[in-house]
Amino acid sequence: MPPKRKNEIAISVEDVGMEVDVVSDSGSEDEARRRAKNRRVKPQRKAKRVSSDEEDEEDEAPRKRGRKKKAKPRDSDEDDEEDKRTKEESDEESEEDRGKTKKRGADEESLSEGEMAALKEQVEEKKKLIATLRNKPWRMKRRLVLLKEAQEFVETFEGALGKGKGRKLYAYKVMMAKKVIKFKRDFENFKTACIPWERKIKEVESHFGSSVASYFIFLRWMYGLNMVLFGLMFGLVVLPEILMGLPYGSIPRKTVPREEQDTAMDFSVLNDFGGYCKYSFLFYGYFNNERRIGLLQFRLPLSYLLVGVGIFGYSLMVVIRTMARNSNEGGDGAEEGEFTFSWKMFTSWDYLIGNPETADNKYASITTSFKESIVDEQENQKDENIHLRRFLRVLANFLITCSLGGSGYLIYFVVKRSQDFAKMEKENLSWLEKNEVEVVMSLLGLVCPPLFETIAELENYHPRIALKWQLGRIFALFLGNLYTFLFALFDEVNEKLETEKSIRNATIWALEQYYANYSSHFNTTDVPPPNVQPADVIRGPCWENAVGIGFVKLIVSDMQVTYLTILVGDFLRAVIVRFLNYCWCWDLEAGFPSYGEFDISGNVLGLIFNQGMIWMGAFYAPGLVGLNVLRLLSSMYYQCWAVMCCNVPHERVFKASRSNNFYMGLLLLVLFLSLLPVVYTIMTLSPSFDCGPFSGQEKMYDVVMETIEQDLPSFIANIFTYATNPGLIMPAVLLMVLALYYLNAVSKGYQQANIDLKRKMKMVSMSVLLHVPSFSNISRVQDQTNDCAVYSWTL
Amino acid sequence: MGNKQTTFTDEQLEAFQDCTFFTRKEILRLHGRYRELAPHLVPLDYTNNPDIKVPLALIVTMPELKENPFRDRIVETFSEDGHGNLSFNDFVDMFSALCETSPRELKTIYAFKIYDFNRDSFICKDDMKRTLNKLTKGELTPEEVTLVCDKSIEEADLDGDSKLSFSDFENMVSKAPDFLSNFHVRI
Repeated sequence: MPPKRKNEIAISVEDVGMEVDVVSDSGSEDEARRRAKNRRVKPQRKAKRVSSDEEDEEDEAPRKRGRKKKAKPRDSDEDDEEDKRTKEESDEESEEDRGKTKKRGADEESLSEGEMAALKEQVEEKKKLIATLRNKPWRMKRRLVLLKEAQEFVETFEGALGKGKGRKLYAYKVMMAKKVIKFKRDFENFKTACIPWERKIKEVESHFGSSVASYFIFLRWMYGLNMVLFGLMFGLVVLPEILMGLPYGSIPRKTVPREEQDTAMDFSVLNDFGGYCKYSFLFYGYFNNERRIGLLQFRLPLSYLLVGVGIFGYSLMVVIRTMARNSNEGGDGAEEGEFTFSWKMFTSWDYLIGNPETADNKYASITTSFKESIVDEQENQKDENIHLRRFLRVLANFLITCSLGGSGYLIYFVVKRSQDFAKMEKENLSWLEKNEVEVVMSLLGLVCPPLFETIAELENYHPRIALKWQLGRIFALFLGNLYTFLFALFDEVNEKLETEKSIRNATIWALEQYYANYSSHFNTTDVPPPNVQPADVIRGPCWENAVGIGFVKLIVSDMQVTYLTILVGDFLRAVIVRFLNYCWCWDLEAGFPSYGEFDISGNVLGLIFNQGMIWMGAFYAPGLVGLNVLRLLSSMYYQCWAVMCCNVPHERVFKASRSNNFYMGLLLLVLFLSLLPVVYTIMTLSPSFDCGPFSGQEKMYDVVMETIEQDLPSFIANIFTYATNPGLIMPAVLLMVLALYYLNAVSKGYQQANIDLKRKMKMVSMSVLLHVPSFSNISRVQDQTNDCAVYSWTL
Repeated sequence: MGNKQTTFTDEQLEAFQDCTFFTRKEILRLHGRYRELAPHLVPLDYTNNPDIKVPLALIVTMPELKENPFRDRIVETFSEDGHGNLSFNDFVDMFSALCETSPRELKTIYAFKIYDFNRDSFICKDDMKRTLNKLTKGELTPEEVTLVCDKSIEEADLDGDSKLSFSDFENMVSKAPDFLSNFHVRI
């Protein structure tokens, strides 16, 4: 048994190996010649020959090598036979179908159904070969030859297949398929040409290896996602309002109030996104609630709502699609330490490295890693004090939970204070007091992660596990901060709603007074609307704008802090280390502080959370998405420069996960978490009465109901009424739960079968080693493993 | 698409696009890089498929390969004569197999060929020793080298012939988390 199996394995490798190249190259030419001759033969013969050629391409090698001598005479014999048969057949058939004008394949006219099917199958096989040609481990020359020959075959016989019924349709289908393939190829070419920053990323890769570059690749992906979101938001919401809506200054919501007008252009006011900024298309309050606007009768409120929700839908789709694509990248489940040395030997060198210093660094790190593993191998693990270790770990977790709680409380306190500040006069506040919230949040995001790292020293984990804990804690920190911020903001919103009620009542009362006065004075009931300048109208507090402004300020300050950190923490540090080294007592470059390493996980988490904030804020500030695109663009250039200029490659790299799916999973989680507040506010809170596209409605989603009732035919409204009936929704939910359960069970079953098979393969290979290969023993193996599938495999 | 170029005919470019993972622009750029290595040797006009081979010594000066400890083996694996002289077809083939979109199975096959120094379709202890010495630049002592090779064979060898066949190698590499991202050359 072992010899045979080895042969099979050896064959499949040798087929792609070097000595056989010579044979298979000439072999491929043999095949090509044979096939060229085959074309003149009846399709049946060819079906057998060609399909067997396709299937046994791997086994041809031994056949050829073993029976090389025979091959030649066999070929020539068969060629002779073929020639003779061809002559006879063509004689016969040319007599039958003399009227046909088609030059080749006069014998193809008499194709029966079976032959057609067989021919069709061959054509499909050839097409599949062409599609998968680039995945085959053959030499380029052989691939080119096979490609040409497969294409010729497909071209000649596709025409033949089109005979008879539906010939025109078939030919049309074939032509369309070709056009589609060409279009797809051109589109792929175009898409690849559009991908930006390839050179930059390659430079980073060659200096720092693949793990640092993965951050920049992720950044580029985010940029692409945000470009699409920007296109959606801008094209479907902002542009129609600007082009077709009322201009600035025509209605109250679009005008700066009289009392703010003299400070509206001040830099400090604009920096806080007040003044002209607040009353521009950047924020929710600018949009008008007219049901239809402009020439095209564009339904802006509906579009606003749908785009706001659609942004989440599109992002969800893209993230899941990317996760699915990445999922077959990671290795599938080996136990820890199963292949330590083999992996270090065969998969540790990073082929992307192109810089001599980085290469030296990598050599050193690989050598160190080998030495460490050797030492681990040789020594037994010292007996650690389990209790001490456990106590230290509990202590570390307690400390970290405390600091997380502390940071959450600090944010809540600061937001509450900022609400008090907002009630005071603006001139009395210092810059710090005005921007307290953002500064505190950014500082927390800066200070806490290193704090967590220091505390985690107590825990004494393996670096990869320690990295996972660190990432988890930073995630919890950011999440806690964000949600605390949201809750505090929510309190503010409730307050504003209260104020709004009173202002609204006041406005209505004032209007009634005006009507009463007018009609009593002029004694008519036909009262013209009050002639008030838009700037003088009493305004409600517009809570949506407050939320939008809060988010925009947060993101801007976050960006500023990040850039400042890079400037000080990386650039200034590098400058100091470089130039002060000449006159310092110890070696600054080798000891403390030395050059910084690029913090991959911190940066990726920062990126993910920024995206979460964008998702949350985009509904209330449509300009936020555009701002984010600019931010990502500048980030890319700035960080690329910073990393090339100030950072050194890592000494030891531990990836957080096998594939990028860990970060994609985090992104998905953040997407859901940022969806929740937006959906909640859409469903429960009532929109402001005088600003935004939903002013005047009870709830924001009422625009959808209105559209369904008024614009769509009545039966659709009926459908919706039926669909939202609880009697229908409950069974649907139940069905989904059942489907989930079933799929889960099936997947578990597959996993178990997988594990069983793996175990049996190992057992069989070991037991086969020990046993002398004989049929009696194989049956014994069968009894032992008791699995027919395995038995048939070993045979 | 709209650019006039006389290096390749359209059929040649289409054929290359079918046989590799590259787009049209990338293939033309590759030809530029290939020509850069030996401008007097490599003609600008490839429409009649000239049979030119660039020697190993010039290919390993490329910045993408210069620092790689296995550069000689990589180029030898993809050359037809086994000595590292690459024709343009082989050159394109090499970068296509190592590019980002190349599938795991293809990369595994070529990785096996690269690490198989004596080309006997098995990675024996001697091959491993040479791999290790290239990786650590001779920093490990001979005992350490022997230990590592023994441990690797112990881990990965399933059929017990104290060398790695292709299926052993594939089984081991398919579970490695870093293989795909590390075994990748960007051109």
